[in-house]
Amino acid sequence: MQFLSYLVNGISLGSIYAVIALGYTMVYGIARMLNFAHGDVIMVGGYIAYTVMTTMGMPTLAGICTAVLVCTLLGVAIERVAYKPLREAPSLAVLITAIGMSYLLQNLALLIFGSAPKSFSSVVALQPLRLFGGALIITGEALTTILVSALIMVCLTLFVNKTKVGHAMQAVSEDKGAAQLMGINVNATISLTFAIGSALAAVAGVLLCSAYPSLTPTTGAMPGIKAFVAAVFGGIGSIPGAMLGGVLLGVIQSLSTAYISSQMADAIVFGVLIVVLLVRPTGILGKQTREKV
Amino acid sequence: MKKFLSFMLALCLVVSLAACGSTSSSTPAADNAPADGAAGPAATGTVIRIGGIGPVTGSAAEYGLAVRGGAEIAVAELNARGGQQYELKFEDDEHDPEKAVNAYNSLKDWGMQVLMGTVTSAPSIAVEAETAADNMFQLTPSGSAEDCIKEPNAFRMCFSDPEQGALSADYIAEKGLATKVAVIYDSSDSYSSGIHDAFIAEAKVKGLEVVADEAFTADSNKDFNVQLGKAKSAGAELLFMPFYYSEAALVLQQANAMDYAPVFFGCDGMDGLLAVENFDASLAEGLMLMTPFTAAATDEMTVSFVTKYKEAYGQEPNQFAADAYDCIYAIDAAIQKAGVTGDMDASAICDALKGAFTEIELDGLTGKGITWDVSGAPTKSPLVFVIENGAYEAA
Amino acid sequence: MKIKSLNPNFRRSLVTYGIVAAAFIFIQILSGAGLLTSSLSGQLVPICAYVIMAISLNLTVGILGELSLGHAGFMSVGAFMGAFVSVCIKDALPGWLTLALALLAGTAAAAVVGVLIGIPVLRLQGDYLAIVTLAFGEIIKNLLNSFYIGRDAAGFHISFQDAPSLNLDETGEIIINGAQGITGMPRSASFTLGVVLILITLFVVQNLVDSRTGRAVMSIRDNRIAAESVGINITKYKMIAFTVSAALAGLAGSMYAHNFSTLVARKFDYNTSILVLVFIVVGGLGNIRGSVIAAAALTVLPELLRGFSDYRMLVYAVVLIVMMLFNQSPQIAAWRRKWAAKLKSRKPDGKKPDGKEA
Repeated sequence: MQFLSYLVNGISLGSIYAVIALGYTMVYGIARMLNFAHGDVIMVGGYIAYTVMTTMGMPTLAGICTAVLVCTLLGVAIERVAYKPLREAPSLAVLITAIGMSYLLQNLALLIFGSAPKSFSSVVALQPLRLFGGALIITGEALTTILVSALIMVCLTLFVNKTKVGHAMQAVSEDKGAAQLMGINVNATISLTFAIGSALAAVAGVLLCSAYPSLTPTTGAMPGIKAFVAAVFGGIGSIPGAMLGGVLLGVIQSLSTAYISSQMADAIVFGVLIVVLLVRPTGILGKQTREKV
Repeated sequence: MKKFLSFMLALCLVVSLAACGSTSSSTPAADNAPADGAAGPAATGTVIRIGGIGPVTGSAAEYGLAVRGGAEIAVAELNARGGQQYELKFEDDEHDPEKAVNAYNSLKDWGMQVLMGTVTSAPSIAVEAETAADNMFQLTPSGSAEDCIKEPNAFRMCFSDPEQGALSADYIAEKGLATKVAVIYDSSDSYSSGIHDAFIAEAKVKGLEVVADEAFTADSNKDFNVQLGKAKSAGAELLFMPFYYSEAALVLQQANAMDYAPVFFGCDGMDGLLAVENFDASLAEGLMLMTPFTAAATDEMTVSFVTKYKEAYGQEPNQFAADAYDCIYAIDAAIQKAGVTGDMDASAICDALKGAFTEIELDGLTGKGITWDVSGAPTKSPLVFVIENGAYEAA
Repeated sequence: MKIKSLNPNFRRSLVTYGIVAAAFIFIQILSGAGLLTSSLSGQLVPICAYVIMAISLNLTVGILGELSLGHAGFMSVGAFMGAFVSVCIKDALPGWLTLALALLAGTAAAAVVGVLIGIPVLRLQGDYLAIVTLAFGEIIKNLLNSFYIGRDAAGFHISFQDAPSLNLDETGEIIINGAQGITGMPRSASFTLGVVLILITLFVVQNLVDSRTGRAVMSIRDNRIAAESVGINITKYKMIAFTVSAALAGLAGSMYAHNFSTLVARKFDYNTSILVLVFIVVGGLGNIRGSVIAAAALTVLPELLRGFSDYRMLVYAVVLIVMMLFNQSPQIAAWRRKWAAKLKSRKPDGKKPDGKEA
């Protein structure tokens, strides 16, 4: 029974990583850049929702919608100002700019919202599920996160594979030049990708803060890195891969904390990642690309 | 080469900006001090320059900001009182020993005569080596590792980590709060692991049975379900939590969600829990904590401090702020005692204060009749509080 | 005249050595004249350490062409090993010998770890390699954070759990105390030592780059498959570059450790790795001289920004973004060229001798 509850805990923790990783993987797949500021957009989402719901006393739905809206605009703005001018530059240049953006958002949040932690009110009204006479408890937040992350994964997969815009995204991700020749607006497609990725970050922020209600300017940093690892785990650029990677990461972390060492759980998570990448160099569900000369 | 030029251009821009920034941000009392060049600390007339160091950006920013706030209030009060005037300058160390040493050197260039800092332990140890070499008096408000005061010029305001761990174990054993205890601690944090190690050692001596000893790290400080699950299934009646209130808020919420209700016991880092914005205080019902300061105390001094702090910074002060406030008053008391004046240099002040500190007795926010011995450690008695109906009660 | 007849590679290296030597002499003169602020003189050794870090990371990223996000891990291995050796032997041996042994031990330890990590890492490519180096950096930090070693009459005790489980007797002392790190190193690093180590690092890296080995390494960067087809042993040359890079990072770490009285593993997280990466991207990938200058300038920058107090890190972030855009964006580069051309065409006719219209 203990094992089952650790497993459930791992899955619910993992589905939060999964939602964040979905945003990461979208952006990476299309724009081919590691957006290190993604974790901080999550934090911004959390603060916006908090401000609307708690400070201004508006309903929960308004909080979530405002957070999604603000993050979407923020994501697009960041792309326009900081990433777009560097699209032709070496990929490392964009990486450094993304890191600069991450510092910028964290320090802005520190100045605006202060350093003291804020306790986020959960947006989930669901009652916890008590199974086996209370031996296994699944919180409403955990259930919601698992459902929402699965839903987002399905929607994204359908969107990318079934819609015209989705096909455009795939084309841009394959070959920007060829896509442009086919009449696809590459800039608009990339902006749209950032918009979707950032909207997902807002949702992730609200879910993260509902499950773990402590909000500080550095809230998004570590989950962002972990989710990045999860995205690589699953094969970066692959939507089901991000989901799978996130959940696996959560489960490994939970079980190694429980059965191996709580001090070294982080090292174990990263160690498993390394082993996975050695066996499958492009992640679990990543595309195996053959090199051309 | 072009790249290099543009880079230098950017740098020049920044330097000029920095120059503007530093002139505009100089403190009002600066007119009292003659401009000193690069020749190091110069005499500053009647004003005594106190430097402060702590993290005001990064993940530990809340502790540094609290210390800065508490110290600013104390300095403003002392200056308003008349007599000896003080000037305070607080520099950021980002909770990093390297940056702390940089901050210290930058304060030395400013003409600091006494150092109040640093806020966190590892930076404090690094700066201590510098102050000892320069013979600069150092009083740390919250550097709680044992090594923070190993030099004769370094004093401390708070308890040491091992003291807290041992005192907590003693208290739990004496009051018979539990026989089976569980510990959750932050193994990547020196404060938390310092208390933990002493607690485990003392618990063995006092016959407490530690049934679960679980760690977490700063990189995984959100999910405590596994650690709590192990404590619960091991049947621990008391959960010892030697870490800060931001994580404690999460632990309490997750314990509640899994219907686990042992006695929660925290140390001074727990203070501040009830002040977390939007925190559901019912989660903390029955929590015990050992701390020298509580913002809920009703004595005149605390009430006045809390009011001023809230007015200036919009939130309740925690024990970091209180320690810093006491630090400034302790420095003032020692300065009065030794007859130190603003025209003495840092080394002479240090020699005077080292002696005077063992002779003063301070009635502060964090204790009445605090005295120091030569080692630099304060004698304070810890108070244990229990949270009842969302407020601290003496236990 | 004579210098022009030298090999161009050698001439280029000579200029870099010259810059370092000139900076050293300049600082010494300032210091002798009492013009050096405490703030700057306190940063000299860390600057040297970061310069060595930048040169060594440039070997991996710029010359070998593999993105590493875990370079601080090697620095921490060198730092902890060096500090550990120093603390153990400082009472028995003279100061200079202790320091020399500590530097050697730190370098060697990082080299060994570099080989161990290099074997799996270098099989991967691109962003996957980057994420694995990040993972290794975090693993090293995590392990050092839970590593305890103490010494008593019975010898050394090691634990990966906590200090009490070391079971030391009364005479025992804990040397590395987990998250509380290590204290009590002799603070024997100096600016002179730092400059000497920078020169050694430059010598090693420049010679490696200009040698047959270096050309093999760069050929792997430029076209791996072509390099392989002409019979270059990819694994061997990758390992050489990666290990030398790790060893030099260990050297930097070991020197860094001897400038402070305390060392904690938390310092060497991915933020520090990224900081060093910023140095080499700003200084120019593969450009050793650029790394030296950028590392020195960007280490001093946050200190110069102290005047902004609370806005300091915000300004730092903005400067970083603006600098990247200014240096790397093709549009801005074109715009910059246009202006430079305009300036040049104006100067010769001498109508505006003050040249202030720019």
